[in-house]
Amino acid sequence: MAREDFDCIVIGAGPAGSTAAYVLAKNNLKVCLVEKGDFPGSKNLMGGVLYSYPTCDILPDFYKEAPLERPIVEKQIWMMKSSSTLKFAFRDKSFGQEPYNSFSVLRAKFDKWFAEKVDEAGVFVIPKTTVTDLVKEGGAYVGIKTDRPDGDLKAKVLVLAEGANPLLALKAGLCSPLDPKKVALSVKQILFLPEEKINERFNVGKEEGIAVEMLGDITEGMVGTGFLYTNKNTISLGVGAIIADFVKQRIKPYELIERLKENPSIIPLIKDGVVREYAAHMIPEGGYNGIGQLYDEGILVVGDTLGLVNPIHGEGSNLAMISGKLAAETVVEAAKKNDFSKSGLASYRQKLYDSLVIKDLHKYKDALGYFEDNQSIMDNYMSWAASSAKEILSVNGQTKKEKQKKIIRNLYASRGRAKVIKDAFKLWRIFK
Amino acid sequence: MNLDDLLFTVSVKPDEEVHIKIKDQAVCRDKCKEQDRPCTFVCPARVYLFSEEEQKIIVCYERCLEDGACYVACPYDNIDWRFPRGGSGVSYKFG
Repeated sequence: MAREDFDCIVIGAGPAGSTAAYVLAKNNLKVCLVEKGDFPGSKNLMGGVLYSYPTCDILPDFYKEAPLERPIVEKQIWMMKSSSTLKFAFRDKSFGQEPYNSFSVLRAKFDKWFAEKVDEAGVFVIPKTTVTDLVKEGGAYVGIKTDRPDGDLKAKVLVLAEGANPLLALKAGLCSPLDPKKVALSVKQILFLPEEKINERFNVGKEEGIAVEMLGDITEGMVGTGFLYTNKNTISLGVGAIIADFVKQRIKPYELIERLKENPSIIPLIKDGVVREYAAHMIPEGGYNGIGQLYDEGILVVGDTLGLVNPIHGEGSNLAMISGKLAAETVVEAAKKNDFSKSGLASYRQKLYDSLVIKDLHKYKDALGYFEDNQSIMDNYMSWAASSAKEILSVNGQTKKEKQKKIIRNLYASRGRAKVIKDAFKLWRIFK
Repeated sequence: MNLDDLLFTVSVKPDEEVHIKIKDQAVCRDKCKEQDRPCTFVCPARVYLFSEEEQKIIVCYERCLEDGACYVACPYDNIDWRFPRGGSGVSYKFG
């Protein structure tokens, strides 16, 4: 084998790739991080909420200097039906105190900062460079081809962190062709509003933010959710659904988000908000059953490329970081034995399966399949919850008993009594 | 807000090279007619337009947000999709 330029080449400067590169450099390995964007973060996107754990584990006290938006002190879940919304909210004081639970972030800013930390740790960060191919020799991955003249690089091992649009993994056969039933498409708008207006409208202090997850007919019968996060002086508002559902229902994502903005619960919150950016991204929703190939001769796969997303809890960046860290630790061990073969990297599997990443995905292994097979069911229940609340809260000539009967009647009318019981049982099995 | 105004907020530095190609226009024209050509409505930036006049898909790759939904949605695996060359393409300010 020819001389290597690096011990390890990491492809993609998102949370998974930057974490892997950072941990490797801290262990004195010669690492390069290649990113196709104009700068690290420029093509990166999420809702988005960044969790303190595991970020703190990699970059202790990161919140003291990282470009974060607001600590999330309140989580809301909205069950929506056209003009009605039933809201649940949980606020906790400790979420607004060190070490915090989570933050709203804008990834173009956060990932840029993270990559600077990676650079300071001694990693050779190469932006503006698209990897066009993985290079194999004698059955093992040994380097990359890039779109720069003379831009081919060699390394003892590769870490593939190219994100949710995994062209290289697809080309190399490290993941199966993406199934439109198991990938979501999400669109989002960044709406500018003065900081004080956000504080007033969302009933939060200067350094406090809220996260809203929206369920119900806002996705127009598709399996999906909406979201709203408060940033410093912007709001992230978005909606996403399974790609196969967009196809089936002939729905245009940019029209879907515009209709969401017309929802009576949203209108007053975003009034006078000026759109500063529109964005779109895929989200792998295959869960436990959709996890791709973890490693091969001379390569490890991490983050979204592997499909590490927990859609039930809206987690992905945290799982990406944990996988990046575990991949890096595997490489450090392999470097000691100078064995980057498949068997030399095999401990990555054990590490990942022992971590909360796979344990959490395993817990919800049947969730997507359930929602997939029962497309409109969740929608049905969300709508029912919202209209039931309306029924109970409307003061009119009907007695409470009549109202209660009507609610139950509506439930059985929409789904059938036996099915309701079956649904409840199935949901209990998924979440137990 | 209409899509063109929305896209006006996104900073995209188009690659001089076309990074998206239709493999076989006849597939879009004939076979995919029944499915209403999903790329034309699934793409969040409306990169794909079916021209009735020319009877083919027009690819406005300069608008691409690089999410990749088009090739996942394509029923005939008929889109040759690559990333634009390094440093070009979409560049989010907020993300």
